Parts: sequence; structure tokens; C-alpha cells
Amino acid sequence: MPSRTVYSASVEYLQIMDEEGHVDAKLAKDTLSDEEILKLYQFMVDCRQLDEIAFKLQRSGRMGTYPQNKGQEAAAIGSGYAAKKGVDFLVPCYRENAALFLHGLPMHYILLHWMGDERGNQIPEGVNMTPLSIPIGTQMLHATGIAWAFKLKKEPRVAITYFGDGATSEGDFHEAMNFASTLQVPCVFFCQNNQWAISVPRDQQMNSATVAQKALAYDMPTIQVDGNDLLAVHKASKDAIERARQGGGPSFIEAVTYRLADHTTADDARRYRDTKEVDAWIGKDPMIRLRKYLERKNLWSDEKQKAAEEKAKVFVADVVKAAETIEKPLISDIFDYTYAEIPEELERQKRTMRTSSLGQDPTQAGLAAEPSTY
Amino acid sequence: MTTTLEHPALPEPAILPDFTKPLPSREGDRIIQFREALREAMSEEMRKDSRIFLMGEEVAQYNGAYKISQGMLDEFGPLRIIDSPISENGFAGLAVGAAMYGLRPIIEFMSWSFSLVAADQILNNVPKMLYMSGGQWGCPVVFRGNDGAGGQLGSTHSWCVEGLYANVPGVKIVIPSNPYDAKGLLKTAIADPDPVFFLESERMLGDKAHVPPEEYYIPFGQAALLREGKDCTIVSFGRPVNFCLEADEALRAEGIECDVLDMRTIRPLDIDSIIASVKKTGRIVVVDQCWPFASVASEVVTQVIERAFDWLDHQPLRVNTEDVPTPYSKILEAEYLPNPRKIAAAVRKTLA
Ligand SMILES: Cc1ncc(C[n+]2csc(CCOP(=O)(O)OP(=O)(O)O)c2C)c(N)n1
Ligand SMILES: [Mg+2]
Repeated sequence: MPSRTVYSASVEYLQIMDEEGHVDAKLAKDTLSDEEILKLYQFMVDCRQLDEIAFKLQRSGRMGTYPQNKGQEAAAIGSGYAAKKGVDFLVPCYRENAALFLHGLPMHYILLHWMGDERGNQIPEGVNMTPLSIPIGTQMLHATGIAWAFKLKKEPRVAITYFGDGATSEGDFHEAMNFASTLQVPCVFFCQNNQWAISVPRDQQMNSATVAQKALAYDMPTIQVDGNDLLAVHKASKDAIERARQGGGPSFIEAVTYRLADHTTADDARRYRDTKEVDAWIGKDPMIRLRKYLERKNLWSDEKQKAAEEKAKVFVADVVKAAETIEKPLISDIFDYTYAEIPEELERQKRTMRTSSLGQDPTQAGLAAEPSTY
Repeated sequence: MTTTLEHPALPEPAILPDFTKPLPSREGDRIIQFREALREAMSEEMRKDSRIFLMGEEVAQYNGAYKISQGMLDEFGPLRIIDSPISENGFAGLAVGAAMYGLRPIIEFMSWSFSLVAADQILNNVPKMLYMSGGQWGCPVVFRGNDGAGGQLGSTHSWCVEGLYANVPGVKIVIPSNPYDAKGLLKTAIADPDPVFFLESERMLGDKAHVPPEEYYIPFGQAALLREGKDCTIVSFGRPVNFCLEADEALRAEGIECDVLDMRTIRPLDIDSIIASVKKTGRIVVVDQCWPFASVASEVVTQVIERAFDWLDHQPLRVNTEDVPTPYSKILEAEYLPNPRKIAAAVRKTLA
């Protein structure tokens, strides 16, 4: 019996707009219009400004920690814009803020979240997203479950879940991919391969040539795109999302991008990253090529840039104000959301702000106090 | 986004027995197995609520590794009775997502021992989802499966997870000791808006008892007083309740009469019933099939000391398993577990 190939496959790479802002006209045909590109570029300016200010808030002690999104905006916006607002569901980790804003999350919610206010996770009615997921990888399974619910309810919706290159080493990733493909649910797996997982470089995270090829094991349509190319990300996302909506099952997208900032404000990447590498990626910044493209078309100029930046500053200042002037929560609020209905024992703790270990009946021991604010 | 916290009001139960009293008489009534009681509870709820689905390993084609879901694939079809890949963390996490979008998953772990590979989802996501979303996203999933030793399954397959999991706020933990309770509690679990861990025992699935054909729901946090006596309080939950009843029988022959309390649920814990009984008897023995260190028994004893110290005539005693991994040998395993002899000895000690 001669040996034969029982399976072979390859992974395609897609780039539509290069680093100089030159566009492959044929590939660009059904992607974004210039009006859309202009609008999304201005939005990117706002998001970059928020990122910068959030960093400063943390440095001045007004925020716990913050993971900057800088450099990855095209990946978040291209994919988020391809999903239908109010219909599809975003299931994020923490480095795709711009996609969430596109779907209606008020910007100050992200600040609230990182300031440690759970109200930042109370997603407003009509915004289809789950709260940020900090344990790496867990949200991919939730996305699969949400997509399973779409399928059972026969709703033409798609779940799109975000995660990093590092997250694909987690069991959750493989379990989610396997479930999504065996159940053929409408789910898009969107990997932001930003080359680093804190201090661990991509080639130490995995010995695979691409992240995208991991999806081949699950017989999932998969593609690698230039993640700093808004048009390529948008096209790949649109294709995957619409395929899922039509009943074509899950897909995988690897967006090749770069984390221009530190992992979070608790990190100093200079200690483990070569500045030459960072400099090379600064040249590939998604905003630079968009600006070049728009300028070549006479749709943008230095004055417009200045005006956009000024506008963003004013806008983000209001966002910060909204986050910082929200009424402080009551300390006793911590008891409210552990169960749908507060159990008697917790009610007792809430009343007294003491644990039950303080005696047979804390109220009689004179420990009852009005809940205070902090 | 609609929240998942709305759930239909429980239907008026046809009968609502006094749940604090011993089981109704078996005579002339329908007798079914524990596994059938579980199946009835799931099927009845699934007929009423199309959001409910059952997922787990071998639950569909094979009718359940322990035949609990026998016939359910035929009745409900493959979209609601789903054989999953061997991927506990996978289906636990999938259930979280499905619940977030309004479904009501029932997840069967072939054994709670295997839930350990799903620890991140069931302990780090499920119980915190509501809290971390500021009350917005509930996680109404029922996780159920076999818990506990007694079948010569060896150390890795004999987990009693209640001691470990009860430490985590945000979940409810149910542990029935008989078919009647199993059905009423599982129906309540499925209708409950919070995540519920439902602990069964492979050793009890064939147990038979009277289970009325009418629908009923047993409320959580309501212990059952199975025997009444003035001498000592015996508190237990799950399979060892049956050993307590045996011990009580032997003790009665000696003239020692105990209150035997079956807790039914660990979270919420009906501590008030325990305290009321201890104030009457002045003595307590807690029987728990988990390891002793930081166990549910330890928690019960602590609360008794906090709330009824002055009423105690003897220090509280615990009957747990020995503090070692579960042995595989039949003889050793039997000695390792709580049994009627150890329980009776503990009660006698409180009276000595
Ligand atoms: C389960 C888990 N393990 C470890 C961590 C700590 N941690 C936080 S972010 C991170 C790196 C993630 O890298 P990647 O998935 O590439 O995402 P990126 O931060 O680069 O966007 C690690 C290890 C965590 N949050 N959760
Ligand atoms: Mg990364």
C-alpha cells in the first residue's frame, strides 16, 4: 500500500494597504469607502488619545492599572466595524477597546472598569458585549456558548471573540475551537498577534510558523492578515462574520500586529525588548499609513490632523470627567450581586458590615452600623 | 441585552409537604430509583422550558454513563441532549456563554472528580459573573454528577468536592440523600437563577424510594429532620445521611435518641435548624464524607460554637473520612469512609 497525503492545507496572508498607504485596487474594491476610512481614522485619533490619557491617569494614581491598546487600533476597528452593531456579540479580553466603543460602549466605562468600579461592567442596554475577561482565554468558551445559544434560538447573529497570541497556548482556546467546529456555531475567533505575551515573545510561546494554522486542526477557515491594515482586517472579518451568519460555521483570523506600549502600566517593556524591533514597528503604525493614504487623496492635511487631535483632547477630557464624577458606590454594595437574591446570612453581614464570626447576633452586640461610603 | 435574571415563577406545586418532617409513608405509593428521580426532574423541566438543554459526556447516544438520561435523546432530540467532546473545561465554559445569552444549561460531569479540570470556569467564572458585571449577567447553570467515594474508584476518581467548592461564594450546593429529595431539589435547581452544583452519588443511583407522581419543588436551605430525639444532634448531608439513620437505629436499641438532620443543601446552609436542635440536645456530631481539614463539618462546628456555645454539654465532634487520599482496596476504603459504627461511637462519646 503506497503512502499518500491524507490532508494538506495552506494559510493565506492578506494585505490591502501597505505601510506607505498604497492600496491594492482590486482587493480594495469591496472594502471600505473613503468616507468610512475618514470617519474611522478620526475615531482612531480619539481612541489613541484615550489610551494616552488612561496611561497618565494610572501614573498619577487615579487608576489601578491599564493595558494600552496603542498600535493595535486597526485590528480592533476593522473587525468591530465588520460586526453588526446591536446584532452581533463581542466577547473581548482587554486590548480591543475601539471595537467595543464602535458597538456603543461609552468610553468612560473602560476607565471605570480599570478604576475598579464594577459599574464599568454593567453593559448598557443595546450594547452587545460581555464584560472584559482578565483570566486569559476563558472568554473564548463563553463566545462559543453564546454562539451555541444563537444557533439553538435560530437567531442570525454572530459572536466574535478577541484574544492574544499568548492565549492560544491555553487549553480554553483549543477546547473552544473544538466545540465551535464540532457544533458548527456562528463564532469568529479573532487573534491579535501582537508578538508578545508580557515578556514572552511569540516564537517562545509556540513553535508554529503562524498562529492561523492552529485552526487547520479544527478544519476551520483561517487566514493571516496584516493587522495594522484596516482594510485587510475589515475584509477578512466581514467574510468570516457573514459566512458564520449564513450557517457556514466558525472561522479564525490572525491579525499580525504589534504592542507598541508596555503590556500594562505595571510593566516596563524596555527591559526585555530591543528598541530596534520597536522602532521598526512604529513605522508600521496603522495610523501612519491611513494618514498617508488620505493625504494622497487630498482628504487629510496637517491642519485637519491638528484639529482632530484638539477635538480628541476635549472629547477625552469629558470622558475622564464622566468616569471621575460618578457617584461613589456604597461599601455595602459588595453584598448585592453575589446571588440573584441576597441570602439571609449575607443580608446580616450587609447590615452590620461585619462577618458572622463576630458573635451570635451582631445586631445585639451593638455592631450594627449604617453602611458608609468610601 | 435582556438580562438572564428573569425566570418564570415556579408553578404552584400540586403538593407542598412539610419539608422539615421525615419522608411521607412509602406504602401504596410509587417507588422509583434515584436515577429515575433525576431523569424525571430534568425531563419535566425541559418539557416546560425550551431554554433548557443537557450536555455532557455520553449523555445522549449512550443514555448517560449511569443511565440517568435514558430515553431523553429520543424525547428531546440532539439539539437539547448533547454528547460533548471529552472537554470538561470546554463544556463548562460553553454553558456559561449559553446562560449569558438566556439559555438554561444542565451540565453533567461524569464525575465531580473530573470537574477539577474545569476549575477555572466553574470556580473563577461561574460564581463571579453576576458580581463582576454589577448584577447584570447571571449564570443559571446546573452542574451535576457523581460525587464521593465508595465504589473502589481509587484516589483520583473519588473526590468529594463539597469541602473545596463550598468555600466559594456565588454558587449554591445541593447534596440529596434520597430519591425523593433528589427530584424535588433538582427541579428547584433548574429553576433557580443562580449557578447550582448538584452532587449525586454513584452508590445511591439504584436506591429506591417513594416519589409521588405529582410535581413538587423542595426549597433550598431547608433541612429535613429525619429522626427526633433529645440526646444528641446528628447533622449530615448526601450519602452519609443514610449511615446516620442506621447508627440512630442501633443507638435507639440502647435507649439513645437523636435528632438526625439532613441538610439537603450546603449553600445555603440551614444553620438555624441545627442551632435549634443543639439548644435542645446540647450535643452535636457532624458527619461529612469529605476530609476533615477545613471541611463543611468544620464550618458547621464553628457556627455552632459561635451561636450556641452556652448550650453545649460536650464539645462538638466530627466524623469525616480519614485525612489521606481515598484508598482503592475495598476493605481500606470502607474503613476510610464514615460508617454507622463510627457515627454511633461518636454519639456515645458525647454522652459519656
Ligand atoms: C489564566 C491566566 N494566566 C495568566 C495570566 C497573566 N497574564 C495576563 S496577560 C498575560 C499575557 C497575555 O498575552 P496575549 O494573550 O498575547 O495578550 P496580550 O496581552 O499580548 O494582548 C498573562 C500571562 C492571566 N491573566 N490569566
Ligand atoms: Mg500578545
